[in-house]
Amino acid sequence: MTLQTERSVQQTCFHCGEVCDDATIFHDEKPFCCQGCLLVYELLTDNQLLNYYSLENQPGMKAREADLHTGYAYLDDSATRAKLIDFADDHISKVTFRIPQMHCSACIWLLENLNKLNPGITRSRVQFLRKEVTIVFQHDRISLGKLVELLARIGYAPELQFDRLEANTKSASPQRSLYLKLGIAGFAFGNIMLFSFPEYLDIRDDLGLTLQSFFGYLNILLSLPVLLYSSRDYFVSAWSAVRQGMLNIDFPISLGILAIFCRSTYEILSASGSGYLDSFAGLVFFLLLGKLFQQKSYDALSFDRDYKSYFPISVTKKVGQSQRIISLSDLAIGDQIVVRNQELVPADAVLLSEQAFIDYSFVTGESVPVRKRKGELLFAGGRQVGQAIEMSVMKDVSQSYLTSLWNNDVFQKPAQNALTNLANTVAKYFTLAVLNIALFTVLYWLFTEPGVVVSAVTAVLIIACPCALALSIPFTFGNTLRIFGKSAFFLKNADTVERLAKIDTIVFDKTGTLTWQSKVGVTFQSAEHEPLSATEKIMVGSLVRHSTHPLSYQISRWLKLEKSTTVTDFAELQGKGIMAEIHGQLVRLGARRWILADGKLIESDGDSANHSQVFLEIAGRYRGHFNVANNYRPHLQGLLAKLRSRYRVYLLSGDNDREKGNLEPFFGKNNGTTRMHFNQSPEDKLMFVKKLQGEGNHVMMIGDGLNDAGALKQSDVGVSISEDVASFSPACDAILDARRFEQLGALLHFSKLSYRVVLLSFGISFLYNLIGLSFAVSGMLSPLFAAILMPISSISVVAFATITTRLLAMKLRIN
Amino acid sequence: MEVIYILIGVSLLVAIAFLVAFIWAVKNGQFEDTYTPSVRILWDEEKQQKQIREK
Repeated sequence: MTLQTERSVQQTCFHCGEVCDDATIFHDEKPFCCQGCLLVYELLTDNQLLNYYSLENQPGMKAREADLHTGYAYLDDSATRAKLIDFADDHISKVTFRIPQMHCSACIWLLENLNKLNPGITRSRVQFLRKEVTIVFQHDRISLGKLVELLARIGYAPELQFDRLEANTKSASPQRSLYLKLGIAGFAFGNIMLFSFPEYLDIRDDLGLTLQSFFGYLNILLSLPVLLYSSRDYFVSAWSAVRQGMLNIDFPISLGILAIFCRSTYEILSASGSGYLDSFAGLVFFLLLGKLFQQKSYDALSFDRDYKSYFPISVTKKVGQSQRIISLSDLAIGDQIVVRNQELVPADAVLLSEQAFIDYSFVTGESVPVRKRKGELLFAGGRQVGQAIEMSVMKDVSQSYLTSLWNNDVFQKPAQNALTNLANTVAKYFTLAVLNIALFTVLYWLFTEPGVVVSAVTAVLIIACPCALALSIPFTFGNTLRIFGKSAFFLKNADTVERLAKIDTIVFDKTGTLTWQSKVGVTFQSAEHEPLSATEKIMVGSLVRHSTHPLSYQISRWLKLEKSTTVTDFAELQGKGIMAEIHGQLVRLGARRWILADGKLIESDGDSANHSQVFLEIAGRYRGHFNVANNYRPHLQGLLAKLRSRYRVYLLSGDNDREKGNLEPFFGKNNGTTRMHFNQSPEDKLMFVKKLQGEGNHVMMIGDGLNDAGALKQSDVGVSISEDVASFSPACDAILDARRFEQLGALLHFSKLSYRVVLLSFGISFLYNLIGLSFAVSGMLSPLFAAILMPISSISVVAFATITTRLLAMKLRIN
Repeated sequence: MEVIYILIGVSLLVAIAFLVAFIWAVKNGQFEDTYTPSVRILWDEEKQQKQIREK
């Protein structure tokens, strides 16, 4: 018995690095796996761009069939064009494309040397982290369509999704203004400290005193941009909260900032003191630093996609006998369109071709393609598997079955109100306490020594400014976010850490989450050392194509056959297998006890948790069996056992319940409540999560497809699992690299620990506030004391937060 | 000691010059992409040389 695998020459393509099979093409003594790769090589050779291959080994990408055969002429339609182009004048146009394929320095080099491929291209500039390229070209020499075609030809077909047509708004990154604010605050901070030296050293001679007042004026001047520009966000946020009748953390901060600035200015102008402007600038600087630290964003990832990001920008419309590629927004009801292999059905439509196999895994989670016959309705979002089909559009793109999910309330609601989080709950009580203490101070001094009232009250407001408090969250959660990022668990923002820490219920989607499309899932073990011939493969392929059993689907995928042959007398026997007559021979494929009923001995280990076996018989002769690996993710058992001990765990599946038996060991037998739910539509999933939340649970939803989009959005934390994090994932709060799936338990545990770190840092900063307040209430706050206490409290809290989270991460062996 | 006023003025001007340089760098987008330039700098200068030759 031999294990037969694809016989391959261990030779990899010079261009794309994929293993070349039998059809290797040799050119310039270099192997190429296909004509496409060779064409790119020749194109680059002709244009002296061979440097591409010296920067990296085998940097190329196999061009996708679909990209090459799509025409791009529709891009030159003026309406479409206008939406894609960033800027255009009489001669040049500027356009930015996202190209997810770029992955190495050679990619950058080639994309920045596009001008050598076409003189019409003036300049191209890559933003690698965002996987974007900005191209400036002369539109009278090369049209937009031709430009995209060129990119597609060299294997860098840009991402052209439907949402690009909706809005072309490119706002400058929010980081930019934060950098400016931080820079200005830092500049002011440093210089004010310098000019405060005479004050620190307590120089009391003539020169010292004149310098002190001169420096005082300079300091006011330097503080103005800090007050008016750098700290603006805090005032805006505090004011908008107050207008809604709420108090957030920014309120005491704003109060403190204003108190310091006003008192300092008064002291300097009235020559009664030198103020605390150094503390003022330092405070704003540290706060902004915290903000920057918290705002770690993953440029290449997108957390806010809806169905529009999945849909293609174009569709092939049939006009009479000819085909024309039009922009999706121009698609009208009644249009006849052509959908090729692996393309999405863009709108609900009626099938005009004889039959189609539609893979709805995207929409419903059901992993096996469904056979549709002529006249049946196809829902948007399905993917055609097999030959090109024709259909007639019934509904607008925005009113299709799939897209109607987006009309649910969940998607209309603005993002979760940030005012409910920990910092603001604490801030509410904190602010009330501070205001009470201030009031008490006023009353006390009013009756004892009225002259001290103003200075004592401002001192209270200054020292109570919750700088350290406001820094503990950004630094702890910001650091946690980074540590998660290293473990390939990417969070949308730092607030997510807090919500993650509160999770007590986890809901899994089956398809794509617990299971995955393994590439090496199927092997064929022949009975008599005789591999399947090409004809036999076609026979098996044609047979399994008629069955919707998941094993048939896996075998069909593995065979990857283009051709098929006529099948007659097809029969599917429940629990046994499938059989049909092909080329006059009876082909039977199915369970061992059915095929080997006559008791032939065969050395096989039988079905196991890891794989199922499918036996093949052709014309009465036993040919061997397929080993089909169960496509559950590795380590699933251990992970779920761990999670089940700490959380309530549920399974929602769009599939039918044929795998219930296999999944039971993972989720446990039912005791009272059902943990597994099958045949769930996208709406069912959403409602299920809503119901759990209604019972007071904090729900984490883990899914991967568009069908989970509603549930992901509704849940407290929606996690999307992705094999390739840069590729599409539905709108969510976090993206987890599928390879790190087993770490999920540890990651969740870590989020709980970092929540505790925040609480501890709160404790520390309260301690500082107490010490400071006891001085302030008694009216004894010296500028030097304030100048020292403020940075020390901030820095110690920041150090505590970052060091503890890092130590905890090391202890838990995350990253 | 009046010279100190001039010196302080000069030092402040120098500091402001750096601030302006920073603001320019931010507005110019130098803080947006922190990776690509690090790759770009390692390429051979073939491109620039050719441009020089053409001049």
